[in-house]
Amino acid sequence: MKIGSPKEIFKGENRVAMTPDSAKHLQKLGYECIIESGAGNNSNFSDKDYKVAGVKIAKTKEQLWKESDIILKVRAPEKSEFSKIKLGQHIISFIWPGQNKALLDSLKKKKVTVQAMDMIPRISRAQKMDALSSMANIAGYRAVIEAGNQFGRFFTGQITAAGKVPPAKVLVIGAGVAGLAAIGTAQSMGAIVRAFDVRPEVAEQIESMGAEFLMLDFDSDGTGEGGYAKPASKEFIKKEMELFRAQAPEIDIVITTALIPGMPAPKLWPAEMVGLMKPGSVVVDLAAEQGGNCDVTIPDKMIETKNKVKVIGYTDLPSRMATQSSNLYSTNTRHMIDDLTPEKNGVPYVNMEDDVIRGATVLHNGEITFPPPKPKIVAIAKHTNEKIKEKTPEEISKEKIEAEKKSGRLQAILLIIGACLTWYIGMYAPAEFMQHFIVFILSCFVGYQVIWNVAHSLHTPLMAVTNAISSIIILGALLQMKTDNDIVSILALISIFIATINIVGGFMVTKRMLAMFQRS
Amino acid sequence: MTIGILTASYITSSVLFILALGGLSNQEKAKRAVWYGIFGMAIAVAATIFGNQVFLTEWLDWLIGAIVIGSAIGVIVAKKVQMTGMPQLVAALHSFVGLAAVFIGINSALLPHSDFSSSELTIHNVEVFLGVFIGAITFTGSIIAFGKLSELITGKALILPARHALNIIMLLACLTLGYMFLDHAGNWTLICMTIIAFIIGAHLVLAIGGADMPVVVSMLNSYSGWAAAATGFMLGNDLLIVTGALVGSSGAILSYIMCKAMNRNFLSVILGGWGDTTGPAMDIDGEMIPIDIESVASALNDANRIVIVPGYGMAVAQAQSAVSELTSRLRAKKKEVRFGIHPVAGRLPGHMNVLLAEAKVPYDIVLEMDEINSDFPDIDVVMILGANDIVNPAAQEDPNSPIAGMPVLEVWKAKQVFISKRGQGRGYSGIENPLFFKENSRMVYGDAKKSLDSILQSIS
Repeated sequence: MKIGSPKEIFKGENRVAMTPDSAKHLQKLGYECIIESGAGNNSNFSDKDYKVAGVKIAKTKEQLWKESDIILKVRAPEKSEFSKIKLGQHIISFIWPGQNKALLDSLKKKKVTVQAMDMIPRISRAQKMDALSSMANIAGYRAVIEAGNQFGRFFTGQITAAGKVPPAKVLVIGAGVAGLAAIGTAQSMGAIVRAFDVRPEVAEQIESMGAEFLMLDFDSDGTGEGGYAKPASKEFIKKEMELFRAQAPEIDIVITTALIPGMPAPKLWPAEMVGLMKPGSVVVDLAAEQGGNCDVTIPDKMIETKNKVKVIGYTDLPSRMATQSSNLYSTNTRHMIDDLTPEKNGVPYVNMEDDVIRGATVLHNGEITFPPPKPKIVAIAKHTNEKIKEKTPEEISKEKIEAEKKSGRLQAILLIIGACLTWYIGMYAPAEFMQHFIVFILSCFVGYQVIWNVAHSLHTPLMAVTNAISSIIILGALLQMKTDNDIVSILALISIFIATINIVGGFMVTKRMLAMFQRS
Repeated sequence: MTIGILTASYITSSVLFILALGGLSNQEKAKRAVWYGIFGMAIAVAATIFGNQVFLTEWLDWLIGAIVIGSAIGVIVAKKVQMTGMPQLVAALHSFVGLAAVFIGINSALLPHSDFSSSELTIHNVEVFLGVFIGAITFTGSIIAFGKLSELITGKALILPARHALNIIMLLACLTLGYMFLDHAGNWTLICMTIIAFIIGAHLVLAIGGADMPVVVSMLNSYSGWAAAATGFMLGNDLLIVTGALVGSSGAILSYIMCKAMNRNFLSVILGGWGDTTGPAMDIDGEMIPIDIESVASALNDANRIVIVPGYGMAVAQAQSAVSELTSRLRAKKKEVRFGIHPVAGRLPGHMNVLLAEAKVPYDIVLEMDEINSDFPDIDVVMILGANDIVNPAAQEDPNSPIAGMPVLEVWKAKQVFISKRGQGRGYSGIENPLFFKENSRMVYGDAKKSLDSILQSIS
């Protein structure tokens, strides 16, 4: 069958759904590829590039729509394109079925099958097709670049001969894919980055990108289904606003990326916050298309407020990096088609039993199949709300003192018992014994102090050497040699014999072991 | 030789012995430290022989013969033993000290003591009795430990029914015999006690499982020291007392360190058997996923920071030289390779360090658990060679696990973990290891040395 990509007709849309590279892969799956002349121009792919990759060039839009069995697009089909749709055609593009009921109804009449790239379930198997994530990644990066373009200072702090430059402070609200990409970009440019999200479990991800997570002291979890956020309670929002109010005067650049699926974007950066910001600061609102996180955002425009804060509401950030986004998007769609063609025979098979395909398919042979049933696999492992209470430094030091006291008491008791025992022995034992006893006790203490200093790695040599010197017992046997009692002499001889083995063997093995330790 | 010079020699020996132990605080000093020990011993033996005119004995030929042949055997043993066989050797040598203590004690009882007052005699007899008792336990305990370590006897704990009662009965019997011995019932009581103590020693160690062997060996080390100290009291010889006390406290501290590393109670280790668990073990989800050698090699080629965690399996497979070769090749590629050593890895304290040193792995990349644990989140690849319990996350995650609370190497925090293992079976302690089922874990089945050799072929 033929897969065709028309030139995008949406104003300002520079991306293209098929690249020469993705076309090669599609051909391997058994498809023929066709592209509208000039479709790749804005993404820097020329007709010639496509031709080299074996793609047929359609002179006109009409020809392309007529010849293609499968239409691969970026934006959802527009009214002017409806007339060109063939009965029973297969369309793969962004659809946003939740917001575009009318579109689904019009497409239904054409008895088409549609896979919406924005409806791919968020499970690990489907990550390679997750166009939302790959576009969000680009948007996050570009948001920082756009902000930097409007921001009148360095991102890094510098101390130069011409004076000191403070580092820029960037606040990222919403740590989804776009947010994390923005954090990474701002961080690598040298800014101080802080980030906020209603979902506490993303704290680790934020910190892994090198940003500081602004913790909200509130016992609530904003994690909704599929790892996205859910609407927050009133008290939560109040706390959140307090936090932002404290941050606003300090922050140079705010990048908001907060979205709740199927709802208008939450107003997280109201006009009040913008008013608190320093002149020259920049706000980039990535949620502009869904109504904006900021009150003053105007979609597709950059405005400057009275207090000289620039608010950027561009909705075409991925399109501003058309080559990059086309590459990623075409890879996502190619993987989608790969999954649709298990036989690799150039014929798509819409397997409605497959979670990923079922989720993405919003129209199947003219029947609306949106919304899909819940996927069988839970998207992201359930986060357990287990919080270990951090101990304050005072508590720790208190505990330490407590433990010190306890061990002190124990030591005192042991000392008293020891002293009593020694006195008891001293009452009966002869003086000579007590002298030996002093030596014994002192030696134990010397041993105790010395052994604690022995390196861990030398514990085996320590055993070997202590084993060798414990054969000092040979002295006893030697002293017993001078006797008339033959049994005694024989036993002493055997003792001397085995002790000698021990002495010589022990020391030699220790030497051998120690000789092996070497520095690199 | 006057008594003053003899004492002076003993003082010198004592100081040298203390320096010998103290010198082990770092690898460079340690090489000198052994010489202190050797000189100390030589001075002590020479002073005793000449100071007491031991050479006047009618058994002089035999004495010289014993020393010469003993030395020869010592040299041969020390030269021939393989580093992987070190635990067995140390255990065997401990048994010699125990046996010598028994003989010397019995001798001491056989010799006449006409010059003792009655209280002196009682004290002396207590010393003899105690010295023989400790010596006997050390002797058979060490022999059993030797058997277990060299796998002549099964490593499993032998748990007799009512074994605690049995131990207590035998102990009471010894005490009774001791009372009778002090009451001048005759030397047969001493001999009877020796036989019972032999049984106690064997029984004690038989009841301890293979995984606890590091504790057992250091405990026996400690016993051999106390036996020497008791002999010192018996003979009124301060050098024996000093040395025995040094060795005894050294072994005791080592045992304590080992127990702490396993989060075990010393008493429960000595008396054998795992501590009681309070509930069923946590269920483990997932499966063990095997991986082929090429993938391991390519992961190592891609990684920048690598940690190798060796365990007893490396010793068994004699894989240390292959490990060393792998390390030097990876280091030549400017990769950071380090070793993480758990205090109880292997069958002896410090066992892994010695094996790695033998294979010429530089000791400054060999780190202790505490030094490396915080680094794991930044590590690309962790390679585990025949280690199990010391990398078991159940110690931290499952409060019902028998090893709950034992400090472990937190390898699962690394990006990728490869586990080289002989088969799917459990480790020495018989506990399931959830690490093997984690998402970032991959199993490399087979003999550690063979696996490493084939990995080496893919890494030039």
